[in-house]
Amino acid sequence: MTSTEALQIVVLLLVAAGAPVVVLIRQPVRQVVALSGYGLMLAILFLVFQAPDVTLSELTVGAVVLPILLLLALAKVRERDK
Amino acid sequence: MSVFPYLIVVWILAVGLYGIVTSHHLIHQIMCLIVVQSSTYVLLLAVGYRRGAAAPYFFDIPVHTPAVDPVVQALALTDVVVEAAVTALLLAFAIQAQKRFGTLDPHELVQFKG
Amino acid sequence: MSDVTRRWVFFAAIAGFAAFYLWGLTGLPGFGNYPGPYGLIINKIAVEETKATGVVSAVNFEYRGFDTVGEEFILFMAATGVSVVLRHLRGERERPGLEQGLGADEPATSDAVRQAALVFVGPVLLVGWWLASHAQTSPSGGFQGGVVLATAFIMIYLSGGLLTFRRISPIDLTDAVEAAGAGGFAAVGMAALFMSLPYLYNYLPLGIKPGAVSSSGTIALISFFVGVEVAAAFVLIVGEMLEQTLLRQGEPAREDTR
Repeated sequence: MTSTEALQIVVLLLVAAGAPVVVLIRQPVRQVVALSGYGLMLAILFLVFQAPDVTLSELTVGAVVLPILLLLALAKVRERDK
Repeated sequence: MSVFPYLIVVWILAVGLYGIVTSHHLIHQIMCLIVVQSSTYVLLLAVGYRRGAAAPYFFDIPVHTPAVDPVVQALALTDVVVEAAVTALLLAFAIQAQKRFGTLDPHELVQFKG
Repeated sequence: MSDVTRRWVFFAAIAGFAAFYLWGLTGLPGFGNYPGPYGLIINKIAVEETKATGVVSAVNFEYRGFDTVGEEFILFMAATGVSVVLRHLRGERERPGLEQGLGADEPATSDAVRQAALVFVGPVLLVGWWLASHAQTSPSGGFQGGVVLATAFIMIYLSGGLLTFRRISPIDLTDAVEAAGAGGFAAVGMAALFMSLPYLYNYLPLGIKPGAVSSSGTIALISFFVGVEVAAAFVLIVGEMLEQTLLRQGEPAREDTR
């Protein structure tokens, strides 16, 4: 087994461990942070699968844009709860 | 190793679906939907991978080196960006639901029909 | 259906799905043994045909350009949908609340955050522009470049506050820029029709040296338009959501006293 394959297995296991973490956190604000970390793990996985374009997209979208949108929506929704 | 990534794909899909089914907060559901979508990206890239091949960019490597499949990468790449915009639309609907019905619990929202 | 029942129904359904999926897995050629013809063919011919060394972008904007038009219009529609839903929520009655909210104090941001965001705005803009214009040579392209450009505008919001953000990217201007990007992509394809070529045919000069920036014809042009459109779409979405946070908590009362 070459080193690339070992790296791929390790990152796949990290991603598989990250998904339940994102799902099982029930408070949305904390889940946003977990989602951001999960996006970073996915970006590393795409890089190890020899896909740098998809890595760039996933990094910018998953770690920056999606958390901003989610936090803005949460701020708007919580304001009404008060 | 030959089927390991595909097992991970179905695991992520199942975990995400479990989150959607047992959720009590619309925005938590939307984040679980993001997890489900990510499983499809992993599946696409795993299908196109070639053992020992390089990325399909021939800027600094000779043109006939073995490279992974670029078609599935093109699919996954536009997918990632477009799903972010669709998630924004879903969030706008969630804000609208909160304003009209006062609640974000999907089990309660089901009762408001028509 | 109670929570526990829902859980068990889900487990039964996912077990059935997983059984079919695993049955299908046995027919696959396995991870790493790529059999299919398309990837091999495209890797062989793409560089000579289009003089673009970034084969993924060549597939995206040339071989599979029609699909990309469709996906870009999905993005356009999603941004339009967000605008429609959130502007309807704002409505005309709530405009006094909006103007009032602008003058009030925003929550204080720490100076470190503001300084750091300000320092990064320039480099992020540059990187985004580089990504959007180099689709044909290296791992970059309109979609990624557009998102990075939008991130630069978000950093302006982080460093300057909402008023600065609104002045830099007023919603009407962002609307127009987004429409120009989407329309520009479609127009590049239509121009091919006017030359009696198939839609989205690559009619610009292809260049001599593969990998130079001014090569590969319409791929570079389309990537530029896509970058502009994606950036404007995300700035519009974030701008609409930020406007929502301006509305004060007193609106439900205002609706009752009509």
